[in-house]
Parts: sequence; structure tokens; C-alpha cells
Amino acid sequence: MPVRIQEHDFDVSSELAALRAGDKRVGAVATFVGVVRDLNDASQVSTLTLEHYPGMTEKALAQIVEDAKQRWDIYDALVIHRVGPLSPSDQIVLVAVTSAHRGESFAACQFIMDYLKTRAPFWKKEQTPEGERWVEARASDEDAAARW
Amino acid sequence: MVRIVYLARLRDAFGKSAEQVDLPGDVGTVAALLTWLRTRGGVWAHELASGRAVRVAVNHDVAQATTPIGHDDEVALFPPVTGG
Repeated sequence: MPVRIQEHDFDVSSELAALRAGDKRVGAVATFVGVVRDLNDASQVSTLTLEHYPGMTEKALAQIVEDAKQRWDIYDALVIHRVGPLSPSDQIVLVAVTSAHRGESFAACQFIMDYLKTRAPFWKKEQTPEGERWVEARASDEDAAARW
Repeated sequence: MVRIVYLARLRDAFGKSAEQVDLPGDVGTVAALLTWLRTRGGVWAHELASGRAVRVAVNHDVAQATTPIGHDDEVALFPPVTGG
């Protein structure tokens, strides 16, 4: 299953081992881990709550992984995205891609993250000393996705 | 009947996460649905005003203004996404 939405944390090391288990063609594994920061737009964040749109999320992420496989010569890809309440320093998202050589997996990993940021239906709500607020989308994320 | 799902900030603003509606016969596209919802006034007119960034999905696929909406479809309204 290349796409998982879950509340609980993930162990990067065991996920990477499982992703490439038994595939001796693999010469490169590129990985991205997104982490909750304690400061956003000059406010201290105590809790970051992630919600998503069940059904569409899985479909959108599977399509992004499929697009990456069409564009680059990669063997496999894994996306894990957490939902629910998270604290600063918690892991939010894991993207891992295997290929024969590093160029393909580096590029595909970045592509998947850029597309995830702008196309997968997740939303963040921050709890700060000033109260709760929904995180606004950033134009820079649209720019990052548009370059592919 | 069409099921409309509201997510994230829009769910908070409208005070509901979903509703089943019987659409008037002339409401057959995403654009027409948004226009129809705006006629409810108040927070509906405010949040769905043209110029506000509202994204729409029909049956879990990203939709455009011209995307048709029909019987038993699930239409989701949400703000721009902020995951990752």
C-alpha cells in the first residue's frame, strides 16, 4: 500500500526497510520527513491539528504517486501522512522513493511533496496563545508545484 | 439528492460538516451550486463570495466551475489545502 493516512507516528527506518525489502535493483532511496515547527508567522504553536477529506485524500495521493512513476524511472514510492493533533517536533509526513540511481528518486520525492502540498486535501489548524487559527495556503507552494 | 460536504474553515463557518439537499432543476454545475448556496445570505454569501478562494471536488475529484453535478453526487467545498 503506497499511501497511508494515520493518526499514530511512523518509524522511518522500518518503513524504508519495508519499502525496499526484496528488491535488489534498488540503488537509491530518497526520503523526505516533514516535522511540526514551534513557530509560524511569529506565533508560538502549541498544537497543530491536521484534518483531511477521507476518500479523496487516498485517491489524490495515489494519483500523485502514479504521476511520479510515469515521469521518472523509479521502482516504488511510499507516502505516509498523519492526521489529528500533533505537537512541535512531531513527524507529519514521510515520502520515500526507490530507484536505481539517485537522480530519479531525488526528483520524484520532491515532486511528490510539491504536489501533495497543493493537491492533497489536508488542512492545518494551529493552537497559539492568541487562539485557534486555520493555516493559510502559501503562494510559494503553488510556485513550487508549478515548476514541474 | 446531492450530498454536500464542508471541510476545514468552511465547516467551522457554516456550522455543519455535511447536508443532503434537493437541488432546483436549473442547478446542474459547480458554478450554479455556489450561486445557489450564496442566496442563503449571511455567512454563505460571505464565505462563497466570488474572489474568495473556494475549492470544489465532485465525487473525490477536483472540479471546475463547469463540472456537472447530478443525482447522488458528493460535492465537497473547502479552502486551499495546507498539508505536508
